[in-house]
Amino acid sequence: MRENLHRFFRAARGAGVQVSPAESIDAMRAVAQVGLTDRAILRDALLLTLAKSQDEKLALGDCFDLFFSQPEPRLDQPEANDNDEASQDADQSSSPTSDNEAGGGQPQDGLGPLAQMLLSQDRNAIQAAIASASGAASLSDIRYSTQRGIFSSRILDAMGLQRLRDDLDELTATNPALAERLRGALDALREAVRDTVSQGLALYAREEAENLRNEILRNAPLARIERRQVAEMRALIRQIARRLRERYSKPRKRQRRGHLDVRRTLRRNAAWGGVPFLTAWKRKHRDRPKIVALCDVSGSVAQVSDFFLLLIHSLHEVVDDVRSFAFSSHLIEVSETLEKKSPEEAMAEIMSKVGFGSSDYGSSLVDFEKDFMSALTPQTTVIVLGDARSNNLDPRADILRRISERSKRLVWLNPEGRLAWGFGDSEMPRYATFCSVVRQCATAQQLERAVSDIVATYQ
Amino acid sequence: MADQKASTSIEAVESGLAAQGYIASRQIATAVYLSQQIEKPILVEGPAGVGKTELAKAIAAWRGKKMIRLQCYEGLDEAKALYEWKYAKQLLYTQILKDKLGEVLGGAQTLHAALDQLHDFGDVFFSKEFVEPRPLLQALEQPGGCVLLIDEIDKSDAEFESLLLEILSDFQVTIPELGTVSAITPPTVILTSNSERDLGDALKRRCLHLHIGFPEQRLEERIVESRVPGISQTLRRQMVGFIHEIRSLDLKKLPSVSETIDWARVLVLLQASELDTDIVKDTLNVLLKYEADIEAATPQVTTFIAKAARSNVFG
Repeated sequence: MRENLHRFFRAARGAGVQVSPAESIDAMRAVAQVGLTDRAILRDALLLTLAKSQDEKLALGDCFDLFFSQPEPRLDQPEANDNDEASQDADQSSSPTSDNEAGGGQPQDGLGPLAQMLLSQDRNAIQAAIASASGAASLSDIRYSTQRGIFSSRILDAMGLQRLRDDLDELTATNPALAERLRGALDALREAVRDTVSQGLALYAREEAENLRNEILRNAPLARIERRQVAEMRALIRQIARRLRERYSKPRKRQRRGHLDVRRTLRRNAAWGGVPFLTAWKRKHRDRPKIVALCDVSGSVAQVSDFFLLLIHSLHEVVDDVRSFAFSSHLIEVSETLEKKSPEEAMAEIMSKVGFGSSDYGSSLVDFEKDFMSALTPQTTVIVLGDARSNNLDPRADILRRISERSKRLVWLNPEGRLAWGFGDSEMPRYATFCSVVRQCATAQQLERAVSDIVATYQ
Repeated sequence: MADQKASTSIEAVESGLAAQGYIASRQIATAVYLSQQIEKPILVEGPAGVGKTELAKAIAAWRGKKMIRLQCYEGLDEAKALYEWKYAKQLLYTQILKDKLGEVLGGAQTLHAALDQLHDFGDVFFSKEFVEPRPLLQALEQPGGCVLLIDEIDKSDAEFESLLLEILSDFQVTIPELGTVSAITPPTVILTSNSERDLGDALKRRCLHLHIGFPEQRLEERIVESRVPGISQTLRRQMVGFIHEIRSLDLKKLPSVSETIDWARVLVLLQASELDTDIVKDTLNVLLKYEADIEAATPQVTTFIAKAARSNVFG
């Protein structure tokens, strides 16, 4: 039983449910209490002890159903295991004699255990043998779909395929009809094993595959992402947003140690005639970040801006106030569109208004100064996301200087690599002099770091 | 053997709670049984009004134990949840005992000797006498055990969660001046949460996680039956069916079990024998708490009643 539960825990981890050793101990204790006979209760007990949110419950429920969708014999596995080992031993010791007997014209008795099992059509025994063999081949270590072949053959080997082949060779000579039957049964067995392995892959390998995919996705350049990956990337960005929220939404009140707040102390102790039993200390309130984001949505930068805006607008708990502006040849405010609509719709609307034009940083900055300069306060961080390629038009770096002077920080995120800055029509070096930070921001990982650093300066 | 015992015990929990008027699903009963057996708190999550708080009350009533309730809110701290020193009493006692203190210290020749003698009486003012136990400490001090309900834990601050960890895993608290207070009988702890914010993993790990959603139709009918005995079977079926239809709408606040029960009471008061459009429209404000929701539901009322009646025929 314990073996099976351990395998289930691995499968649960594969399904994305965090199962720590302590939780697995709790689950074991719970299972010891409720027993294994009633599957519904067992399911409830495992869900209660292992899952920690509604999503996890659903995932774990699916995982449970998949895990126990195999036929019953799994539960009797320890015995099956013993049988199997015993019969394998018997098999080895008895093989010379059985060969002799086979020559004596009693083919049924002379066959190896696997062949006998297949011929007798004992389905339960076959399933049990597959289960124990997959245990022996440590199927729960399977990680990638490319490993399917090797695990299938390992399981078949553990079941005694070699012996079966010998039997087959012999039978073809002595009893062709029986050999034909056996061959058919072997094909069926191969299929059953393949199914077992596929199920194992579905159970145990999900987490690994997901990690690998996310890792690749995190480091893929956002601008050149494929269409089918956009949805996955959005999910990844949401994950990043959740992580940042968890990290930075912790209380910002921190005591300024050692400074007595005389007023509050006196008021609090009025009941004791002003004898200060309870002291109150001065606190320092930290500002929540205020962010003004200017995003280039022309051509190649558009995709990066899309993900950046999605990230910034998913940070409600952390960021007090976000105002977003999109520009290519001119600039408009897009905060409301982003707040009200789903990311897909909002982006489509923004694109139809200002997107895909040739970028003109100069006139966009003029637009900003004309209408929105008042949005900047000394607590504001201004983030400009763009490649600073202004088609050789006037860059108006003087406006950027004024923006920089009015705000707390000015951060420029450039999707292009450092090497490209200043070449061709890139105005990056001229803008860079007025920025507090300029950094490359081409992948999800860089995006996460950039936003994390910006929020961290307020902590 | 053990398995047999388990399933009968779970049924015993179910019937025990039912005797208190709480109709529990199999999952809830399993959670209650397990929490008793492996001494773990239950963290109950779910929408408002599905009977999270009621579960704790039912358990307390069933086992004949006292229920101690700690309502969480923003800014709840140690002094309000765990214990506080009775400052005023301490102050008063020092005043009253001034003469006595003089006597005690009278024999001392030097300041140093006086201080030594004072040390012998040492912590007299920081003893159990002067501790005001708050719900958490009270729960540990109940000799016969109790049911401790920590309600709406998601409303409290993150620091408060950490304060709970010691109690939840070891059933003890540490008071710096007194040492560690362990529970005489470990209390049954129920935490409830409306998922307003994500709780910390450390807290979740120490609890059995139970999610109570909206009940199935049959279960809800049984709940109404036990809570509002005066209602006829046809009306009960119809109204529960109607509510299940309403829940399929996209509303701001879906009606939950408590609303179902309220509505059943209202219908009984109005002496309705079966649902019709007028009576539903008149009483919709019992079920739905937002003007916008009522507006969204009103046009559908007639079709929903028809549907509920139809399912009634086959069910």
